[in-house]
Amino acid sequence: MSTFLKLLARNRLAVFGAAVLGAIILLVVITPLLPLPDPNATATADRFKRPFSDGFILGTDHLGRDLFSRLLWGTQLSLAVGLAAALIAGTIGAAIGIVAGYFGGRIDNVIMRAIDMLMAFPYILLALAIVAALGPGLLNALYAVAAVNIPFFARNVRGVTVSIAHKEFVDAARLSGMGHLRIITTEILPNVLPVVVIAMSTTIGWMILETAGLSFLGLGSQPPQADLGSMLGEARAAMITAPHTSIVPGVMILLIVMSVNLLGDGVRDALDPRLRSGALSRPMAATLVRRDETPPEKTDTKAVLSLENLETRFEVGARIYRAVGGVSLAIQPGECVGLIGESGSGKSVTALSVMGLVASPPGVVTGGAVRLNGQDLIGAPYARLRALRGDRVAYIFQDPLSTLHPLYRVGDQLTEAIRVHHRISRDAAHERAVKLLEDVHIPNARARARSYPHELSGGMRQRVAIAMALANEPEVIIADEPTTALDVTVQAQILKLLDNLRRDRGVSILFITHDFGVVGQLCDRVAVMYAGRIVEEGTTAEVLDAPAHPYTKRLIACVPELGAGRRELHAIPGLPPAVDQLPHGCAFAPRCHKATGLCATSDIPLDGRKRKVRCILPEEDVA
Amino acid sequence: MSLALETRDLTKTFDVGKRLLRPPKAQVHAVHPTSLRVENGETLGIVGESGCGKSTLARMLVGLLPPSSGTIEIEGLSGGSSPADFGRVIQYVFQDPVSSLNPRKTIRQILEAPLIHLHGMGRSERAARIDEIFDSVSLRGEFLNRYPHEFSGGQAQRIGIARALAANARILVLDEPVSALDVSVQAQVLNLLADLKDELGLTYLFISHDLAVVEAVSDRVAVLYFGAVVEEGRAENIFASPRHPYTRLLAESAPVVGRPIGGQAQGELPDPMNPPPGCAFASRCPRATDICRTDRPELRPIEGDQRAACHHPLDP
Amino acid sequence: MGGYILKRLVSAVPVLLGITVIVFAIMSLIPGDPATAILGSYATPENVEKLNRDLGLDKPLVQQYFIWIGNMLQGDFGRSFALNRPVLDEVLDRFSATLVLAGAAFVLCAVLGIIAGVISAARQYGWADRAITVAVILGISIPSFFLGMMMILLFAVRLKWLPVSGMYAIYGGGDLPDLLRHLAMPAIALSLVATGVVARLSRAAMLEVLRQDFIRTARAKGVGERRVIWGHALRAAMVSIIPVLGIQAGFVLSGAVYIEIVFQWPGVGRMLVDAILKRDLLLVQGGVVFVAACYVFFNIVVDVAQSLLDPRIRT
Ligand SMILES: Nc1ncnc2c1ncn2[C@@H]1O[C@H](COP(=O)(O)OP(=O)(O)O)[C@@H](O)[C@H]1O
Ligand code: SF4
Ligand code: SF4
Ligand SMILES: [Mg+2]
Repeated sequence: MSTFLKLLARNRLAVFGAAVLGAIILLVVITPLLPLPDPNATATADRFKRPFSDGFILGTDHLGRDLFSRLLWGTQLSLAVGLAAALIAGTIGAAIGIVAGYFGGRIDNVIMRAIDMLMAFPYILLALAIVAALGPGLLNALYAVAAVNIPFFARNVRGVTVSIAHKEFVDAARLSGMGHLRIITTEILPNVLPVVVIAMSTTIGWMILETAGLSFLGLGSQPPQADLGSMLGEARAAMITAPHTSIVPGVMILLIVMSVNLLGDGVRDALDPRLRSGALSRPMAATLVRRDETPPEKTDTKAVLSLENLETRFEVGARIYRAVGGVSLAIQPGECVGLIGESGSGKSVTALSVMGLVASPPGVVTGGAVRLNGQDLIGAPYARLRALRGDRVAYIFQDPLSTLHPLYRVGDQLTEAIRVHHRISRDAAHERAVKLLEDVHIPNARARARSYPHELSGGMRQRVAIAMALANEPEVIIADEPTTALDVTVQAQILKLLDNLRRDRGVSILFITHDFGVVGQLCDRVAVMYAGRIVEEGTTAEVLDAPAHPYTKRLIACVPELGAGRRELHAIPGLPPAVDQLPHGCAFAPRCHKATGLCATSDIPLDGRKRKVRCILPEEDVA
Repeated sequence: MSLALETRDLTKTFDVGKRLLRPPKAQVHAVHPTSLRVENGETLGIVGESGCGKSTLARMLVGLLPPSSGTIEIEGLSGGSSPADFGRVIQYVFQDPVSSLNPRKTIRQILEAPLIHLHGMGRSERAARIDEIFDSVSLRGEFLNRYPHEFSGGQAQRIGIARALAANARILVLDEPVSALDVSVQAQVLNLLADLKDELGLTYLFISHDLAVVEAVSDRVAVLYFGAVVEEGRAENIFASPRHPYTRLLAESAPVVGRPIGGQAQGELPDPMNPPPGCAFASRCPRATDICRTDRPELRPIEGDQRAACHHPLDP
Repeated sequence: MGGYILKRLVSAVPVLLGITVIVFAIMSLIPGDPATAILGSYATPENVEKLNRDLGLDKPLVQQYFIWIGNMLQGDFGRSFALNRPVLDEVLDRFSATLVLAGAAFVLCAVLGIIAGVISAARQYGWADRAITVAVILGISIPSFFLGMMMILLFAVRLKWLPVSGMYAIYGGGDLPDLLRHLAMPAIALSLVATGVVARLSRAAMLEVLRQDFIRTARAKGVGERRVIWGHALRAAMVSIIPVLGIQAGFVLSGAVYIEIVFQWPGVGRMLVDAILKRDLLLVQGGVVFVAACYVFFNIVVDVAQSLLDPRIRT
């Protein structure tokens, strides 16, 4: 609750809305206490007095009634009616939505058909029909507006309820012996409530408008009783001669609805957890670069791609997550280098930093260099980066279902990959695309090119992604856990394909994974990452057979290997550190059984020439 | 040894494309007739690739999903019981530790639910029991008043295990309990499960897609393919000398350091809406003959207690 | 594709039936006796009874419903007693005027709203985004009937740029430029709220899509930023924008009621309000069913557009 208020208070527009609305409500609450003339007392002699004349603050209307008094009483009525309509619609709609969403099946089917039926009306037709049946009047207008909005709430809440009812904690509650009613009230409702509140706060303004509208049409509040809509409706006849009688209620409606909307949006943003983390900001075309020092001198001349002391961080509010804290890694032509580590160790961010694909905001590259054939890419102009992306350096990502565009045919996505870098005709590009699909052993390639991603299996989709990476014969392919989402038998197929392709085409690969088995089968060299830094590097055989860093050694011991039979595993106690509060010195020290006082005091360098390790008490001699 | 759980010809069919009045458009056989027996104190591993029916089978065992046909017998309890009846004898540990905890309840409230609703315990009794359970999964008591989002995946999974223990059931169905965890944490949780089993004499059904993990924790293993058990045997034999060609493919595909990339270049699961008439593996099987494409093989003993559903089982 | 359209058309039949049931049910809630209302001061007991028999109101409700439906299917929506004219003729005349107004407003809101939303998302937190956000907040908060009145005061009365009201000039009007001059203010006033709603939902949809993995894939391929935004991202965002357009069409139709009254536009909305105030219930009933049916068909068009865009729902 307090975080909610804090977030709300940070939203300047919402605060403004709250202030305006608060002032209006205050005014309306004290209205009965104010020395105001009777809002309904007519005085034909005083018709159409201008504002600030003869003691009438806002003037008078066509019957000589005091506009200020009518305005305050009318506002009170409009606010009350709008709020009541929202509460009625929200409560009934939410109840219907929860029942339909929780029970599902036939109940859901019948209820939702009925709701669809109601939503098939443009809303005002239904409201008009209801008012026509019940007769004009403010209360009837209230019922009409509430009734018309029930389907909206029901549908919204049902959607959320369905997603919650399928959560595993609901199954767990069932296994804990809870009945339906208890599950609805203690498991579902608390999770649905924010949605109901959001829907209400964002629609109250709308309901106030609608009831005002019905009154404007003469179907709501009946004379002499004033609400804002009927004031405006009555003023319309004299709109040209006495515009102030229209402007006064009109501006009041505008103020109320606007302030309610601003506040409602604020409430929504503060309650929506996705907005809370600021995650809804859009990533820009290239990662921001804020590099104080000029990049260090080149160290490796033969390498196709070399990262030198690369630093990338995420700046979220006051927190700084050092996702990549000085990574150096070189990839030689035709080489396959594995980058291995647990999730959150910074593998993906390292990979994405190469071509400026880290989401920014909040990502920023703050130091180091990425050299492609000797030329630094960090801070390169966007046009140059774009020209190299997919052409010289291509990516393969983890989950091919979410990384391929769902609405384009796979053939077209391949064709596009070719045509953004080569001026060739669509047909020629399409032929190339089909050829690429054949190269990655997709049966029936020509027909398959016309498929959409969702029509292919996971393995086939990943083959398409590989074909796309190969499209422009890049020098380097960066593959970020390309087989993690796949089943083992399909994983083996994809690994075999990648292995053959790289040998046939001599392309360099940076292969990211968390699986030692995969690294062992595919990679020439391997680098192990922990808490944003490389802790060990060497040829695959050296690192796997004789791990030198205590972390590597113990991590390998954690992993059960097929064929070793039933046994106890050697767990590493504790958790990797959060990268926004890294410990001093060795990041592994809190979990390391060899740690000494020295480990936590100074920064520990990555030592060694070909075989490197970041540890002062390595398990193996690497000199 | 006594029998903890037995299923006879358990099946599950899902309707696809349900319509209000007419029958559904198609049916998917998620689980083909399956008969399993689990002894008390045993760990039965169940492996298979995604979509092969592991979770459907598991959810039927705990009463979350009604079977389409066949029977389940758990410690004398049989079909027609409610999840609450099941809850006292068999419990479930979910794959996604975070989504299996209600974000709006404290850990204490979550753990109290089975104590209240299954065992009707009073307040002080509950507090004592919760402390005891929390201790056994090596979590600190101060965590009890926190909310789920404050925990890492590994801790959340311990809480999930604690909830299952709170019901005081002797059988636990563990549905991919470590798949969402990192390897270093995975080992912690697996070791915890092994300790609990020894201490409390539990029976496990351990479901996973990771052969090495299953081999490391199980006494016996059942291999599922396309909704059916294709091979069953002792953990130390089944991957070392598989009799069913699919088990061999699985074992060869698993990446192992120092072995060339194995498996096959081609082939994937058949379409569940159009299952092939014979052996579901026939289109990928190097040993397939005509009979494989027409007759579905039954699970039958091959050697000792190793059983396989194959017309031409492999030689050891 | 043809199959999908056919399926949608068939599924509209129960919806249409449901609409008639709902309208009929609401209308039969009416307290008192419609014949008395119709006859007004001529309501002697004999007259009332005779009219009830003529209108079929002495029969059981279910039977009345089927008679009503049967007549409607033959194009007989009954007779408006206030206008002394067949309901269908009146509704058709008026609906064509509404269609011009609502159609223009709908096109405006769709085009402007989407463009504003995309720009706003692409320049998130830039000045264009802020300006659009403020405009949207104002747009969705101002009552369209008030806006219409203010526009008349400013553009028609003060500046005399545009005619005050009506659909055509009384003398020498009737051509397209004349219609456009009369249409400009009401169409803009009507579209404003919907434009705001479409703009803010398009912005939200675009922001959601721009964070997706496939956008990163497009950038990793080297696709230029303009194509990423207006091609890859907008196309995916349209999947959630199109249903919003369908809903907004309903709101535009609804708002037309107010605008028609403010601008004296001879549309079906004004007709309905007059009919309610005069308790001309057959006209209300017929008008509501007719417009709702048109809206149902419009929504089928929306669904078909959606399925053309998104291959995943074409099954
Ligand atoms: N958009 C983001 N905002 C804030 N932090 C992020 C974001 N993306 C990644 N991180 C953080 O960066 C660190 C490294 O993440 P990542 O490179 O994805 O790890 P890996 O690929 O090794 O699993 C993690 O601690 C993660 O929480
Ligand atoms: S530096 Fe010290 S704490 Fe770090 S891994 Fe080496 S021995 Fe352990
Ligand atoms: S039954 Fe035939 S096709 Fe099936 S696994 Fe055995 S040999 Fe292969
Ligand atoms: Mg990653």
